[in-house]
Amino acid sequence: MTTTPVRRHDQANPAPAHPSGRDVPPSTGPVATLDVDPASLTVIKARHPWRWVGAAIGLILLAQFVNGLITNPGWDWPTFARYITAPVVLQAVWLTIQLTLYGTVLGFALGIAIAAGRLSKNPVLQTISWTYVWAFRSIPLIVQLLFWFNIAYLYQSVSIGVPFGPSFVTFDVNSTISGIAAAVIGLGLHQAAYSAEIIRAGILSVDAGQLEAAAALGIPRRRQFFKIVLPQAMRGILPNAANEVISLFKGTSIVSTMAIAELFYQVQVIYGRNGRVVPLLMVATVWYILMTTVLSIVQYYVERHYAKGAVRTMPLTPLQKVRRRVALLSAQARQSSTMGAGR
Amino acid sequence: MSLRLGEPAHPSTSPAPAAPGTVIGDPAFAIEVLGVHKSFGALHVLDGVDLRVRRGEVTVILGPSGSGKSTLLRAINHLEKVDKGLILVDSEPIGYRRKGTRLHELSEREILHQRAKVGFVFQNFNLFPHLTVLENVIEAPRSAQRRRRDDVVAQARSLLAAVGVADKADAYPRQLSGGQQQRVAIARALALNPAVILFDEPTSALDPELVGEVLEAIRALAGQGRTLIIVTHEIGFAREVADSVVFMDAGVIVEHGTPSQVLDHPRHERTRAFLSKVL
Repeated sequence: MTTTPVRRHDQANPAPAHPSGRDVPPSTGPVATLDVDPASLTVIKARHPWRWVGAAIGLILLAQFVNGLITNPGWDWPTFARYITAPVVLQAVWLTIQLTLYGTVLGFALGIAIAAGRLSKNPVLQTISWTYVWAFRSIPLIVQLLFWFNIAYLYQSVSIGVPFGPSFVTFDVNSTISGIAAAVIGLGLHQAAYSAEIIRAGILSVDAGQLEAAAALGIPRRRQFFKIVLPQAMRGILPNAANEVISLFKGTSIVSTMAIAELFYQVQVIYGRNGRVVPLLMVATVWYILMTTVLSIVQYYVERHYAKGAVRTMPLTPLQKVRRRVALLSAQARQSSTMGAGR
Repeated sequence: MSLRLGEPAHPSTSPAPAAPGTVIGDPAFAIEVLGVHKSFGALHVLDGVDLRVRRGEVTVILGPSGSGKSTLLRAINHLEKVDKGLILVDSEPIGYRRKGTRLHELSEREILHQRAKVGFVFQNFNLFPHLTVLENVIEAPRSAQRRRRDDVVAQARSLLAAVGVADKADAYPRQLSGGQQQRVAIARALALNPAVILFDEPTSALDPELVGEVLEAIRALAGQGRTLIIVTHEIGFAREVADSVVFMDAGVIVEHGTPSQVLDHPRHERTRAFLSKVL
């Protein structure tokens, strides 16, 4: 038996000939009618008991963890509270932010130049850029930082002048390149190798047709790059770049080996003095988490800016979502209160 | 301006079509393709192509895939540099400046300037996805021709109205259908007031029901006396709008004539074989 129920129905009660003379399609022919008015039917939503079980288990585990954080005396929250906003810690946080900022600026500025070199048609620049990336990705950051810290051993003075010729200005390296400057240079040069590859990847991800269209329209070269290619490349660059900035921010803790008073070095000094290791590590942890959260929020909005045109409708921001939710709930509340009044 | 070449113009330029004493740069022609060769590695994509397109003429190029149609079009816009031969747009060699019998390669900037004379409509539209429809259309007139914003916006709006997407000016390309995107791309090419517009299979990436609206927009341009070169597989459209039809195969022009000559009475076996397959 291969015929469909509808067909059988048609055979049993031949449909009256359609006015147009053509056969009426089966779907519009007479079918069994419902015994009730469809409007009177109510929909019962499917229930998901296991979701409730899963949520309950999750909440219990979370409660246990929070309970441990509060009740375990080992966390020593009073000490944490004393140091979290201590001036010496705030200074260290500020220095950490500065190291991150300068390292990022130096790293990405140099990274753009290196990426441009690798993508250029000039074989000399290509080779130099490739070699830079190869070298700085090969040297561990801490080794490189120690080189910069000991730069005065290699070069006592730095001169500005004609290459291989006379010099005009001379600096004494030991007084010019402080510990912090050495740290920034080290972090920045290390960062540049990685950012160059991230920027290059972003630029390569832009469809070749875009450059072709820009060229066909006679748009000037510089404008092709900044107006057409870069905004599209940014979508690919941003998540990775944000990763790099965050990892650089936490990576500044490595500078503590050079006795620079950034956040991690400072808490080590304090717990070296008072022996309260765990609460002071928590001080550093909370500051790192806080700053990373700020960076993540900035990342979200910058990415949203560059998503223009890439998606058909923009997703809502978390703030918009909350507002919509509140509006929805208050509308529901109003509705139920009027219904209650009607009864 | 017509110029007379006594000697081969360029060390690598084929003397074949511009034989000593032949006038090239005839103002009657919008485009002159003279003995053009182009290979990609061992593959000879253009194998000595000569083509002259009169001002205001609509030329349709037909041919099997891989016959060099698109490469020829891209060479006319200097998106591909030819290995041998010369292409003149508006009697000016594209990509070069002529000084006596020497052709000096132009800088990137000068080539970009030349390209504004030739509009190009791509198979895949290549609209800028991060710019709105209006921004797509005004970008080149603003940055390449440095025209005033008010003028450019007014012109862009009337061009968008002409191709029937006036209401989409503030939408992003991804919010449009393929047919609408291609019509925006046509408006974008027109915004530079080019002497010539090249269409590289403008309907090949479209769903069948969207082909008609794009062909309609091109048909309207053909009626305005613009010089158009269209690579397409729409034979019916070619018959209707073309002043001349070119059939290419294996990097050479096999046949060039009026639509009825090429489409109804092809002289070459290869043309006949191709038409019997696509008709």
